[in-house]
Amino acid sequence: MITFEQVTKRYADGTVAVSDLSLEAPTGRITVFVGPSGCGKTTSLRMINRMIDASSGRILIDDRDVRGVDPAELRRGIGYVIQQAGLFPHRRVLDNIATVPYLLGWDKRRARDRAAELMELVGLDAGLASRYPFQLSGGQQQRVGVARALAADPPILLMDEPFSAVDPVVRASLQDELLRLQEELHKTIVFVTHDIDEAIKLGDSIAVLRVGGRLAQLASPAELLARPADDFVAGFLGRDRGIRSLSFVPARSVRLRPVTTVSLSADVDEARRTARDAGEDWLLAVGDDGTPRGWVSPLDLPRAGTLAETPLLAFGSYDRDADSLRAALDAALLSPTGHAVALDGDGAIAGVATQRALSEALAEAAALTAPPPRPVSPGLRPDASGAHRDGEHAGGVREAPPGSMGDGREASRG
Amino acid sequence: MDEPLVRWDWIARNAGTIGGLLGDHMVMSLVPVVVALLVAVPLGLLCSRWRWLYQPTVGVTNVVYSLPSLAVFSLLIPITGLAEPGTVIVPLTFYSLAVLLPSVVDGLAAVPESVRQSATAMGFGPLRRLVQVELPIAVPVVLAGTRVAAVSSISLVSIGSLIGRGGLGYLFIDGWQRTFPTPIVVGIVLTVLLAVLADGVIIFAQRVLTPWSRARSAA
Repeated sequence: MITFEQVTKRYADGTVAVSDLSLEAPTGRITVFVGPSGCGKTTSLRMINRMIDASSGRILIDDRDVRGVDPAELRRGIGYVIQQAGLFPHRRVLDNIATVPYLLGWDKRRARDRAAELMELVGLDAGLASRYPFQLSGGQQQRVGVARALAADPPILLMDEPFSAVDPVVRASLQDELLRLQEELHKTIVFVTHDIDEAIKLGDSIAVLRVGGRLAQLASPAELLARPADDFVAGFLGRDRGIRSLSFVPARSVRLRPVTTVSLSADVDEARRTARDAGEDWLLAVGDDGTPRGWVSPLDLPRAGTLAETPLLAFGSYDRDADSLRAALDAALLSPTGHAVALDGDGAIAGVATQRALSEALAEAAALTAPPPRPVSPGLRPDASGAHRDGEHAGGVREAPPGSMGDGREASRG
Repeated sequence: MDEPLVRWDWIARNAGTIGGLLGDHMVMSLVPVVVALLVAVPLGLLCSRWRWLYQPTVGVTNVVYSLPSLAVFSLLIPITGLAEPGTVIVPLTFYSLAVLLPSVVDGLAAVPESVRQSATAMGFGPLRRLVQVELPIAVPVVLAGTRVAAVSSISLVSIGSLIGRGGLGYLFIDGWQRTFPTPIVVGIVLTVLLAVLADGVIIFAQRVLTPWSRARSAA
């Protein structure tokens, strides 16, 4: 655990970068420092590994004051990743990754074996080992940067806007990768960003800082979206807070209804009969493998032919176990029928979420996420440490609301 | 004038002398570059560490650089002696230094801040960071300066012939005094060859020492 105790950083010219900061970054969790430029987030980060020393207050790592440790020694036990990766241009990828093991005096072979292991861990092709950094793409460089930070298996990882210099697609994949790694490694991570969406996606808890290095709020992402402490935090969170907070409500709570399916290879008469027998306005056409292909209305069917020759209407689907309510709602909006197709983890159809079922789930979510306003004291909330992740989409699902309705009737006929 | 541009028989007869002049030329032009490099690295480090040192130091080397070489040679004669190699080597060392000092300082300044910071953050102490990270990254810029210093040093040595020690420059004076073009042509060709060779050796060294920098200059 990293503890800030009333930490202040004042520069010689009188500028106060960080002001009376007290917070805890729990062991094995991702704590994000987020805020506009000039809020002291990077300064705060660098005080942890003593790249900058605090003017007053203490920073403790597992109850040990960092000031009592030799800086170089302290830093070898703390991984550090920065925006431009900061790779050594004159060293090959493998030797870049092995930097800290070399500093710790490991023999060359062991250090390189470890580096090769890490390349695999962060998803780098082994063929890149003997390249120089300039021969890599920005995303690959950033992966090398992460591997290098992890090389000596430090319990703590400091990340200073590590993904902000790469394009959005690469950034998203690096973020997913970090979450995947963290699930495996359980490092104590302090992550600095100016991007609130990144903070919400990655953070177990988020410290929002305002200019001058004052802590505005420390909370879990769901809590932050639901109950921003003040106008500054609300403004910083931006638009669509309500919709975005649905990312933290599991889609399991949505009641499912059975859906009548029809095979693509069925002819139109059979489809019409199926619809009539079931009394359905819509049929879900499925392929031979049982996966959904599109909606079809018996009224729109041509006189003859099979469904495979008939144009189908678009459908949206979500994973009912892994996805959030936001993903389910999105799936419903993508379909002209207004129904979202719920899939099992293995891609089989579990049922459909109707508009009605979705609005019930929304009402439930609103009751959970937006209770009457009450003062929120800065300080770690207990629910931040109880959070867990089991999905990558739309920020992952972290908390199951009490009384979730994951047992909706589901069936599939066809 | 039916004197040919090159009389091969003269070259053949004087091959020994020409070889001696060539050797002399190499020593007097390259020793200053090596000495200047050995001085420029620590001096450049000091100037990078304490930036305020840089301008005055470069100011001094630039003033020396601006002095006409012949004048400096003449001034040095009472100290280092007439027709002695030292009389040529000392000023050329200062000239090379004027080129190399900024190269070392620029080379160190070319180390990206992100690299410096990540080195510190990973636990490099200041000395280790300098030796293992900053100096190696400065090498391409320093070697680029060394190329300039070497070539200009090779061409400047000839002027030393006016005070009796100019390596291949002696051939120019000889040819001019006797209205005899062969030594002049030989002097020019050998000086150019020497310069090209020295440049090539440094380029080769750069390829071998800094394979990682090729794309950087292309980028």
